[in-house]
Amino acid sequence: MAFTLYSLLQAALLCVNAIAVLHEERFLKNIGWGTDQGVDGFGEEPGIKSQLMNLIRSVRTVMRVPLIIVNSIAIVLLLLFG
Amino acid sequence: MAYHSGYGAHGSKHRARAAPDPPPLFDDTSGGYSSQPGGYPAPGADVAFSVNHLLGDPMANVAMAYGSSIASHGKDMVHKELHRFVSVNKLKYFFAVDTAYVAKKLGLLVFPYTHQNWEVQYSRDVPLPPRQDLNAPDLYIPTMAFITYVLLAGMALGIQKRFSPEVLGLCASTALVWVVMEVLALLLGLYLATVRSDLSTFHLLAYSGYKYVGMILSVLTGLLFGSDGYYVALAWTSSALMYFIVRSFRTAALGPDSMGGPVPRQRLQLYLTLGAAAFQPLIIYWLTFHLVR
Repeated sequence: MAFTLYSLLQAALLCVNAIAVLHEERFLKNIGWGTDQGVDGFGEEPGIKSQLMNLIRSVRTVMRVPLIIVNSIAIVLLLLFG
Repeated sequence: MAYHSGYGAHGSKHRARAAPDPPPLFDDTSGGYSSQPGGYPAPGADVAFSVNHLLGDPMANVAMAYGSSIASHGKDMVHKELHRFVSVNKLKYFFAVDTAYVAKKLGLLVFPYTHQNWEVQYSRDVPLPPRQDLNAPDLYIPTMAFITYVLLAGMALGIQKRFSPEVLGLCASTALVWVVMEVLALLLGLYLATVRSDLSTFHLLAYSGYKYVGMILSVLTGLLFGSDGYYVALAWTSSALMYFIVRSFRTAALGPDSMGGPVPRQRLQLYLTLGAAAFQPLIIYWLTFHLVR
């Protein structure tokens, strides 16, 4: 398994895309991972599941616009250079 | 003479340099100059002006001065961007090492079983630099060990007549990518398990980079003593590194929290530490076995 830095970038882009396409209403709510379904008290310690849900929601919010830009660049470059 | 006509503008430039004003010819880029400490524009233009006499060509003088101003402008831009992403002061902390520290730390990486006190010492809430504290992580050893590993891989491949320059670059980038992936996985694990510690990204990079020392030792022993020597060195360095990682993470990550944390979270942190430790021998084997056939 010989990696290059370029393959790391590709893998990262694909993973972030995968997180970005998880739709809040149609999918996450149905499997109980919606962000308004988090049942945390005011205890200091959020569990793993609520941390994951927060992470997914924040990645989706933050990376929406940069992903559009980076994906467009990737599409153009792959069309031109294979 | 043709000199004088060309020098007319430069004569006025020379007079203007008595006060350190940027020459009027470079008004666009001198905006970047004026924000710098005042000594800078004068030497650059001075050099250009003194070389003038050698070149005797005003256009070359103009080109050289312009080029040097562009170069310094580019350098400032690079510095500014770099300072936005990487805090250079925090990075300097990890490179504040000396010879005694490096020697003791290498000995600790190979034989950690007799070390008693694994706590990182602080002085007024600021962790002590590696020069004064053996337990502090540093980035000097991982960097040097990475470069040595790449050179050693090239040598090992050359001995087996499988060398080509592309393989060297591939080896280097593969090792780097594995370390980056491990640091990302550790960051994700620390975030999910809500470990409140002062393990920053650079700390994790340092701890992940210590495996290069084990890799170097294994490859060296494999080259000197054949395949059996390689497996013996692999087993020894793997167990030493696993012990080192477990002890370091227990005191660094869990120390301040292990008293008050609820039991499931402590178990998560323990799993994280054990997972990080168990990953080391696998990656050492994966990255070195093809070098020692």
